[in-house]
Amino acid sequence: MSFEPFILSFKLAGLTAFILFCISLPLAWYLSQTKSKAKPFIEALTALPIVLPPSVLGFYILWALSYNSPIGAFFEDTFGVKLVFSFTGLVVASCFYSLPFMVQPLQNGFESLNKNMLEASYIAGKSKIITIFQVALPNMKPALLTAIIVTFAHTVGEFGVVLMVGGSIPNETKVASVAIYEMVESMDYTSAHIYSALMVGISFLVLVSVYIFNAKQTKRFGL
Amino acid sequence: MIKIQIKKELYGADGKMQLNAAFNIQEGEFVALMGKSGSGKTTLLRILAGLENADGEIEVADKSWLDAQKQLAPQKREIGFVFQDYALFENMTIEKNLLFVNNDKKLATQLLKLTELYELKDRYPNTLSGGQKQRVSISRALMKRPKILLLDEPLSALDPKMRAKLQNEILSLHKEFKTTTIMVSHDPSEIYKLASRVIELDNGKIIRDGAPKEVLLKTQGSQKFSFEGELLEIKKVDVIYIAIVAIGQQLVEIVVSNEEQKQLEIGTKITISTKAFQPTISY
Repeated sequence: MSFEPFILSFKLAGLTAFILFCISLPLAWYLSQTKSKAKPFIEALTALPIVLPPSVLGFYILWALSYNSPIGAFFEDTFGVKLVFSFTGLVVASCFYSLPFMVQPLQNGFESLNKNMLEASYIAGKSKIITIFQVALPNMKPALLTAIIVTFAHTVGEFGVVLMVGGSIPNETKVASVAIYEMVESMDYTSAHIYSALMVGISFLVLVSVYIFNAKQTKRFGL
Repeated sequence: MIKIQIKKELYGADGKMQLNAAFNIQEGEFVALMGKSGSGKTTLLRILAGLENADGEIEVADKSWLDAQKQLAPQKREIGFVFQDYALFENMTIEKNLLFVNNDKKLATQLLKLTELYELKDRYPNTLSGGQKQRVSISRALMKRPKILLLDEPLSALDPKMRAKLQNEILSLHKEFKTTTIMVSHDPSEIYKLASRVIELDNGKIIRDGAPKEVLLKTQGSQKFSFEGELLEIKKVDVIYIAIVAIGQQLVEIVVSNEEQKQLEIGTKITISTKAFQPTISY
């Protein structure tokens, strides 16, 4: 019994959460502060992966990353990176798939902050960057943790997009969810049971720790 | 010298209105800004702080903060701002709240001792009472040694006893630091105690500007006593009429004639005054 698919799943989820955090932080800040008319359109666009069937998302990503599209061709010609049926491609696909799970909690966190507190920081002479990192983020730790953990967990749990974009190449794109699917198909129920039970256990532990942490924060800061 | 001349379109309670104010302030002056809610007081303060933009000019000590070409960012204006809801940095201790603004430990200690907060310096804001929080907020606003201190109804959320205590503290801080101050307030006794000048706004325009005594005292001519109140009810008792009037927190009964009561309308603001009256003050 190999745990390779699990390690691959966590590697994918960790990398996705890290990249998405870097992308979503400025995006969520922008959305929380802007009065632009474009806001609902950007919000709808970032929320699309929640409502779209994974097959639709997977199909478009597959098409966009393949050599037949300018994006795929550019990456392969310039960097020599094949985006389809590779781990790199999976990371790109996961970033699209899990984007709303990072952006929305962060945006909610930013929006729930006392606006006057941010203004007090500007008046104190602090730039937006310093205000975000020293005033905004430390005052929204529950939102921060929720965003990172839920993104991570959601990426571990993804199946449709991964299957379409990555296939099932051992040690490259065969993540835990795909592995379980294959075990069931080949009627290896024992392995499927072990894998599935592990998934349930880990996911439950992660969520419980998030809720415990948030409850403690609420008590400490009266948020 | 601070020169202010600004215009801005606002959406008030009664639809669109034009905020249009021009006035100068001397260095070290303590100006109270009063007026009905929605008259543009807070917006005026926020424009001075650079938190909202406007047309016009603001010049502070020969330096332009706002003109047709540019609008100086709030970060670059030397101001202190005290919000009604304190707006403290919840993730920092009391001392850190001050040091975040300006890493001057000596000044922080001086301010914390002046406001009797030194013992609490390692506590977090959410463990303090409203009055203590507002003292932190005022101290924090003074950390940058600002050119102007802006106070937006700083004491309106506090109980009367705490309010009186903090008024004295604001007064002694003003004497100590001589910071030019503009304070939004509704409380005439507070304004009388603290301010050297009152500006009254109505519908975005300045309607009165002068010493607190001239602007706040309601008596004119030979009137000895004059109170403004709201007419709540008129009762007929035998042949006379009695009007019930709310003056501040107190209700009073006043005898009115039949002719007078015909002109009065329930719910309106009325003035009650007497002449040639020898009042007795009892404790």
